[in-house]
Amino acid sequence: MTDLTKLGVAAIRTGVASGEFNAVEVAEAFNANVAAAKALNAFIVETPEKAIEAAQAVDADRAAGNPLGKMAGVPIGMKDLFCTEGVQTTAASHILEGFVPTYESTVSANLWKAGAGMLGKLNMDQFAMGSSNETSYFGNVISPWRRGGGDNAALAPGGSSGGSSSAIAARLCPAATGTDTGGSIRQPAAFVGISGIKPTYGRCSRWGVVAFASSLDQAGPMSRDVRDCAIMLEAMAGFDPKDSTSLDLPVPEWEAGLNSDLRGKKVGIPKEYRLDGIDEDIAAMWDNGIAWLKDAGAEIVDISLPHTKYALPAYYIIAPAEASSNLARYDGVRYGLRDLPDGAGLQDMYAATRAAGFGAEVRRRIMIGTYVLSAGFYDAYYTQAQKVRALIARDFEAAWAQCDLILAPTAPSAAFGLGEKTSDPLAMYLNDVFAVPASLAGLPAMSVPGGLDKQGLPLGLQIVGKALDEQGVLNAGLAIEERAGFTAEAEKWW
Amino acid sequence: MSEYRIQGITGEWEVVIGLEVHAQVTSNAKLFSGASAAYGGEPNSHVSLVDAAMPGMLPVPNRECIRQAVRTGMAINAQINKWSRFDRKNYFYADLPQGYQISQLYHPIVGEGEIEVILDEKDANSPRKTIGIERIHVEQDAGKLMHDQHPTMSYVDLNRSGVALMEIVSRPDMRSPAEAGAYVKKLRSILRYVGSCDGNMEEGSMRADVNVSVRKPGEEFGTRTETKNVNSIRFVMQAIEVEARRQVDLIEDGGTVVQETRLFDPNKLETRSMRSKEDAHDYRYFPDPDLLPLELDDAFLEECRASLPELPDAKRARYEAMGLTAYNAAVLTAEAETAFWFEDLLAERVDPKQGSNWLLSELFGALNRLGKSLEESPVNPKQAAELLGLVADGTISGSISKQVFEIMLETGQGAAAIVEEKGLKQTSDTGAIEAEIAKIIAANEDKVAEYRSGKDKLFGFFVGQTMKAMGGKANPGVVNELLKKALDQ
Repeated sequence: MTDLTKLGVAAIRTGVASGEFNAVEVAEAFNANVAAAKALNAFIVETPEKAIEAAQAVDADRAAGNPLGKMAGVPIGMKDLFCTEGVQTTAASHILEGFVPTYESTVSANLWKAGAGMLGKLNMDQFAMGSSNETSYFGNVISPWRRGGGDNAALAPGGSSGGSSSAIAARLCPAATGTDTGGSIRQPAAFVGISGIKPTYGRCSRWGVVAFASSLDQAGPMSRDVRDCAIMLEAMAGFDPKDSTSLDLPVPEWEAGLNSDLRGKKVGIPKEYRLDGIDEDIAAMWDNGIAWLKDAGAEIVDISLPHTKYALPAYYIIAPAEASSNLARYDGVRYGLRDLPDGAGLQDMYAATRAAGFGAEVRRRIMIGTYVLSAGFYDAYYTQAQKVRALIARDFEAAWAQCDLILAPTAPSAAFGLGEKTSDPLAMYLNDVFAVPASLAGLPAMSVPGGLDKQGLPLGLQIVGKALDEQGVLNAGLAIEERAGFTAEAEKWW
Repeated sequence: MSEYRIQGITGEWEVVIGLEVHAQVTSNAKLFSGASAAYGGEPNSHVSLVDAAMPGMLPVPNRECIRQAVRTGMAINAQINKWSRFDRKNYFYADLPQGYQISQLYHPIVGEGEIEVILDEKDANSPRKTIGIERIHVEQDAGKLMHDQHPTMSYVDLNRSGVALMEIVSRPDMRSPAEAGAYVKKLRSILRYVGSCDGNMEEGSMRADVNVSVRKPGEEFGTRTETKNVNSIRFVMQAIEVEARRQVDLIEDGGTVVQETRLFDPNKLETRSMRSKEDAHDYRYFPDPDLLPLELDDAFLEECRASLPELPDAKRARYEAMGLTAYNAAVLTAEAETAFWFEDLLAERVDPKQGSNWLLSELFGALNRLGKSLEESPVNPKQAAELLGLVADGTISGSISKQVFEIMLETGQGAAAIVEEKGLKQTSDTGAIEAEIAKIIAANEDKVAEYRSGKDKLFGFFVGQTMKAMGGKANPGVVNELLKKALDQ
């Protein structure tokens, strides 16, 4: 029998539907891989019974001749930012350790409704703040990838959806949910050679997703290829009256609309992304991407996004500002950690609980956010950053007069080693430089594998589209996928 | 209005008052969640996941709360902002689960408006004054801490957490406790007319933050203090009085007023410092990223406007035009409950003058005696109309009607049934009346002689005697006529 864990979403769905294998077999196979991969630390909680349960339901439906959902029989990993009813949800933090929601996030509920099952809760950067998964309270996730030439240094799987990326790359799950606030789906996807799409802001409900920065947070799928992303995004997306920022639009049939023929499409290449001292492997991959899209029929045009260099500073004001407020609810009063020193009053309890419950990076961002919103600094920082955000959105608007899509690298480098950037937050933040502009503008953006660098590590190409044009993004991703021939896999060492 | 002055050792002082009134919006559900907004209930029984700020929960605006705020704004002739936005006011407290209150700082839903107040509604010549309203915004209420449940810990009740409030901010236009009292009274009346707040200050659905400063008349504004959460009209007036006095004494003693938040203690009749500006919170207001700006379309505004009832000022003018006295019109319209009761009475085709006089003297007198409010009245407008109808068509006399009303209050029986049962129908039977008159004349020959010699005033005596003899049931007109005939012959 074929190794079922080699299959992606589409193949599993088809195999289950046709009866080639049953869903329980698939769940068991992935459960086994999860159980055997502790060394990667990709999961905070494993839920093999949930995967089996969902699979049994799908098998029963099939036996009864009931219609099967879009994700029927597909076991997935769930980023620990999504609240899951009856299963611990921590956002990889100590402050929420032991918190078991009584409710299910809209996105995860949509996936279960579509027939998916849950293998477990995936590790991540604490409260989705980080680019390397090193801020998790539950220890960092390790990428299955290693540099070539016998270098066994542990590498970052990217972040914040690093548990998701590592688990997919190591075939612990065929797909996983991610969330992207400033690149948290795209950068980890790029680091491990998989695909991931952040849809237009508002496509996926934020209800039940632990908030980091509300105006930026957006859930999306991560999987082995573009088709799988399209299938899973269809299952995840949809209007949710419980989220005021949710888009009240029907969900397009992205999978059915997949088409890698890009004739008539114009793809913009933003000159501002070609930074001085750009990694030459990254530059070469980008050139390859341009050639592949040309080959798929697209016309390549040079464009300018003049305010790009202000995106990262603006992001690191807006996101922490929102986070400082969003994370105020973790106060030890109603749920989660409570640290109540002897004889302590309310203020002491807040201070002790939050000092013990939040990691260093979370505390740093809460302080930055608190500072930029403070009286006397608000206009200089927050208001200014909002103006920059508007200018960045305008840059994209202007670009759409010239092109339909934008192609750029996902990240400025391949995966770095764990610990290499932890002492320098700015170097870490710079890893988001290509990802952040699309987040600020709320645009759909995807990372697909673009090749390997000289060390043998995956690199990602990013496609940014117009608002609501996930189809265009997916199609360009498919065109690259068909031409890049990316089949490299991490050699199993775990 | 009469000038209110505080006598200090250095001369007269004027008080300057502005009020921020928090009014709980009447709606079934909270501002951003579906949980019940009802008063009372077991602690933490009206709490949704959103109100408890569970991870990942999001606010969704309740259209009804927005509608009520807009209607309130329209009722004070205010500018309605078709584009408004919610902001977060960040601070930590155990009764504030989110760690921020969703409010509207930068772009409130209602802009400038005004309210006309009458200092003494019972005085038709009482001067009127227009008090400016700066804005109305909507915001979430907080929960409640209970300090008496545990020796060392406080308990939190989140039933009120997230309930919609309107904050109605006046201009510093008031110059006396009486003006402030009249303003709150008028505002409460408007809210009740509109139905956007029940105005129940005892249950906390309306409370005021009182901003007070003092100055020598004509000089610049002084430094103000804000006395928080004053929960009755009387306390508002008392708090102003004592706080203004405190400020005058302080300044005249060589001190300076500091801008601070204070609390009013109605038992000791004093205000006490709560926190000064130095340790005031930095609320770090910023637009709530979980919510889109609130955009109101014309159809919605039109619906709000169409749903507004006739408001106190318009109603008062209409009543005066109907021939009611200025006093009656003012008293009938001052409180929504009275106005609505009177409207119901008019709907039963009661004569306005007869109805208003009866309502304000008979019914109010009886309720006063019984210690009941109008809402608790044992007699409803329909029953009252039946009683008044019997007077109007001559079935019973005015004096008998008082007797019937007393029985109605006691038994809840209908007026017609009582009249029937007790045989209280007025009689115009001239034979019976003439017989009684003859007896009275015979028994009072001296008085008859006095009357006939010119002491006209004695006529009333004979009327009284006749009515008494008839058990009050004789038609007064007929009695008058027959008496005149008998006495003048």
